[in-house]
Amino acid sequence: MSSQRSFFNRRIHSLLGVIPVGFFLLEHFYTNYKANESAQSFIDGVEWLWGIPFLLVLEIFFIFLPLMYHGIYGLYIAFQAKPNTNQFGTFRNYMFVLQRITGVITLIFVVWHVWDTRIRVVGLSEHSLDVAKNMAIEQALRLQSPVFLTIFIIGIIAAVFHFCNGMWSFLVSWGITVGPRAQKVSTYVWMVAFVLISFVGIKAALAFNDPSFIDEVQKITAAQH
Amino acid sequence: MSEQQMIHLIIKRQDGPDGQPYHEEFKIPYRPNMNIISALMEIQRNPVNAAGKTVSPVIWESNCLEEVCGACSMVINGRPRQACTALIDKLEQPIRVEPMGTFPVVRDLSIDRGRMFDALKKVKAWVPIDGTYDLGPGPKLPETERQWRYELSKCMTCGVCLEACPNVNSKSNFIGPFAVGQVNLFNTHPTGAMNKEERLEALISDGGLQECGNSQNCVQACPKGIPLTTAIANMNREATKFMFKKWLSF
Repeated sequence: MSSQRSFFNRRIHSLLGVIPVGFFLLEHFYTNYKANESAQSFIDGVEWLWGIPFLLVLEIFFIFLPLMYHGIYGLYIAFQAKPNTNQFGTFRNYMFVLQRITGVITLIFVVWHVWDTRIRVVGLSEHSLDVAKNMAIEQALRLQSPVFLTIFIIGIIAAVFHFCNGMWSFLVSWGITVGPRAQKVSTYVWMVAFVLISFVGIKAALAFNDPSFIDEVQKITAAQH
Repeated sequence: MSEQQMIHLIIKRQDGPDGQPYHEEFKIPYRPNMNIISALMEIQRNPVNAAGKTVSPVIWESNCLEEVCGACSMVINGRPRQACTALIDKLEQPIRVEPMGTFPVVRDLSIDRGRMFDALKKVKAWVPIDGTYDLGPGPKLPETERQWRYELSKCMTCGVCLEACPNVNSKSNFIGPFAVGQVNLFNTHPTGAMNKEERLEALISDGGLQECGNSQNCVQACPKGIPLTTAIANMNREATKFMFKKWLSF
């Protein structure tokens, strides 16, 4: 009997895309969306997250490694396909190609974003509470530039599309939505989810783009000193 | 009578398995109700290309001429389909005819679909019933199940789903959507179901079910209208159950 390794690799890839990577995406948007409420609310959210015990271990085993597995194995899958939308211009075939394109865009964006916010600002050392304010200011300054704002919006839309369409195919790949009707309903459900989650993500990015956010953070810093 | 109408064909040819592919144009006299096969037969009768040069006739394969054998599959105006049901009156000219590039070309439009039969052997797409004594009649089948199996049984191994699938190519070892439908067919047969785990094991081995990327081109392209994507999702469900059962039973 030949090996079933690729079956298990594909199933693990599919599962990790939802738990924990997809879950983390939602949590990330939820925390960042707090910046719309107030800078204090965002900083509190970040500090609460950084208060989780064994954070570095959790980050490595529940975010970094699953993300790398999903990303690297995903690249292998994406470049194995030979797109043929010119021959078959159907909705699902376009989704198939877009899933691979958005996957690559998301991977590039996420690698840069992790380096830019996590490794460059915080480093691999312990988190300290001042760092949360520094990071908030740095990101807000960065997002003042329309170029970076555009890059963020592209990254957010690509990630959310990849997540929502990925959820659609997750449900097929695990045999949950089997028939054509179930798959069609699932398409509509995930389309709505795509719009809603994109809205939350973009709204969060726009909160950092608002110059008053920087003032608020500076006021909080000044009040503490 | 007006002057003779002509059919303009551009055919991708290849002189042998290792030959370089090239395109050759033909202009053949129009007759009502022609299909691609009768156009190719016309070239066979008078193998003169559009430049007026006598060439070797174009080779192709066909048998039933009623879209049930699957032998005459080729790419016609960009779509993989059977040449026998490709009616000239319904095609835009010039008509581009190519062999299905997913398979090794034997010569011109004739291809070797051997990999499909290897795939059927791999997934054990049959019901083993031979015994040393009469096993008696098999169990009865519910009507709804029979109807579902009838749809799956229409597969003629024509290769169109492989040609349409973006995940069947030289970089991948995917055995193709049709094989998944055949496992579904034999696993829902009351006697065939006795060996369903053997077929599932083979179906989830390398190059199997997991290579599907849900582009759903197969179900669009299948000339027999086989619900291939439903069969794939069905087998995904079976594979999920099988995987957990296997893990928890050891």
